[in-house]
Amino acid sequence: MSGFYTLLYKELLRFWKVGLQSVFAPMLATLLYLLIFSHVLEKHAQAYPDVAYTVFLIPGLVMMAMLQNAFANSSSSLIQSKVSGSIVFILLSPLSYMEIFLAYVLASIVRGLLVGIGVYLATLIFFEVPLRSFLWVFLFALMGNGLLGALGIIAAIWAEKFDQLAAFQNFVILPLTFLSGVFYTIHSLPSFWKGLSHFNPFFYVIDGFRYGFFGVSDTSPYFSLAIVTACFLTVSWITLQMLKTGYKLRH
Amino acid sequence: MTPAIEVKQVYKRFGTMHALSGVDLEINVGDFFALLGPNGAGKTTLINILAGLTLASSGSSCIMGHNVVTNYREARRMLGVVPQELVFDPFFTVRETLSIQSGYYGLKNNDSWIDQIIYHLDLTDKVNANMRTLSGGMKRRVLVAQALVHKPPVIVLDEPTAGVDVELRQALWRFIKQLNRDGHTIVLTTHYLDEAEALCSRVAMLKQGKIVALDSTRNLIKSITGCSVRLRLSPDILPSVLQPLMGSYDEGCYILAVNDYSQIESVLAALRVAKVQVLEMQLLQPDLEEVFVKIMGSAENLEPV
Repeated sequence: MSGFYTLLYKELLRFWKVGLQSVFAPMLATLLYLLIFSHVLEKHAQAYPDVAYTVFLIPGLVMMAMLQNAFANSSSSLIQSKVSGSIVFILLSPLSYMEIFLAYVLASIVRGLLVGIGVYLATLIFFEVPLRSFLWVFLFALMGNGLLGALGIIAAIWAEKFDQLAAFQNFVILPLTFLSGVFYTIHSLPSFWKGLSHFNPFFYVIDGFRYGFFGVSDTSPYFSLAIVTACFLTVSWITLQMLKTGYKLRH
Repeated sequence: MTPAIEVKQVYKRFGTMHALSGVDLEINVGDFFALLGPNGAGKTTLINILAGLTLASSGSSCIMGHNVVTNYREARRMLGVVPQELVFDPFFTVRETLSIQSGYYGLKNNDSWIDQIIYHLDLTDKVNANMRTLSGGMKRRVLVAQALVHKPPVIVLDEPTAGVDVELRQALWRFIKQLNRDGHTIVLTTHYLDEAEALCSRVAMLKQGKIVALDSTRNLIKSITGCSVRLRLSPDILPSVLQPLMGSYDEGCYILAVNDYSQIESVLAALRVAKVQVLEMQLLQPDLEEVFVKIMGSAENLEPV
């Protein structure tokens, strides 16, 4: 077992040991969102023709849950070991910065996918959700989770305390997710806000993901995938530079 | 032969604070080496640079010939560090902690060595206990075990016995001495100088980021000339001829400083002439602590940084 597999195994074991909080709690929270929003808005909103609002909502909520959990996984694991000091066990080892990066990002992707699949399967009990193209769904799930996993590493390296990480999560990640079109199509927005939404990378993640389910989207899925991939590569490059130079890790 | 540790002109600044100012150090394979110095002298900074936890501002360091920056993977495989702080990962049991640590080094089928470490550090009863539930002493043992999982040729222990009970201290040193006999190079820092004197063949003393003494333990102790004699006398009066030797008077005993053992004879002769009876006599040899105090005192005038 090479060092990379061990670190990946350790990261998976870590969240699995607290699975109730790291997998089942976010599933429940997402299903509650669905229950409440669909009850309130079912009769008043219609995003796409022939798609009931509740059904429209499901892919967005699934993606939102995935993004938040992918971010939470890498960031909370890293900040905990940073604050407690147990990060030395990784820093003392011969693991390369690439191995560290891949292990944390992959663990984030796995946790994001577990939560996402869980939410999706649970909604299937109550609603009929079409699945036009598994490939698009999978590609956007992979990229979205990877992007947020890498962002989680950056945030946890940058933050010196738990509250700084919470600030990053609450003032950057949460608004970007909520304003990305989880609950609406951006065509329903005034043109200023609609234009602004195009600068939010999370919008493309959700729009492309939704395309995989309905075959309809606000923007071309090819364009969305290009944007999301570019974002993922850029953020990954920054993360690798931080790990390579030991920014805030090796003083 | 490649030295186990080679440090060349290492400087480290934290802002305006100079933690290390041009440290040169060579530690040979098989040495049992002590790195001594007061708090803040730079011992932990030097260890962290060797371990790659801190990056030097300038200079180079090698472990078994592998540069700790440019060839960090090989260098880290050669090195096991027991950190000073009691750190642990609260998610895992002792056994999980050790097999994960071993996995970071890419080691397969390492269980028999892990079992040996567990046995020698007396952790057998706790292998399946979560790290959170262990006492401080037990956590310290796991830290030592984690540093040894990859059988590193060079082992660095940063104050391993701080706040540790006698039993563990003895068990730990027994095990470390065994590893040293098996060819591992041992470097330790400690504030217990008797411990360093008993265990270590060579010593470096650091002060304000500089090495102020580097020699074998024996040579360092020999550098202090003379010894002291502690005498209880009856009647309790020191003859006037012996007054110049008087060091101090403490709990009914005179402590006299003599240049060498032959001088003791003349002291006793002088007492016989003065008809003073010796009730109790004790020879006080110079020890590492005395050397340490002397060197730290004389190095007082290092230029301020």
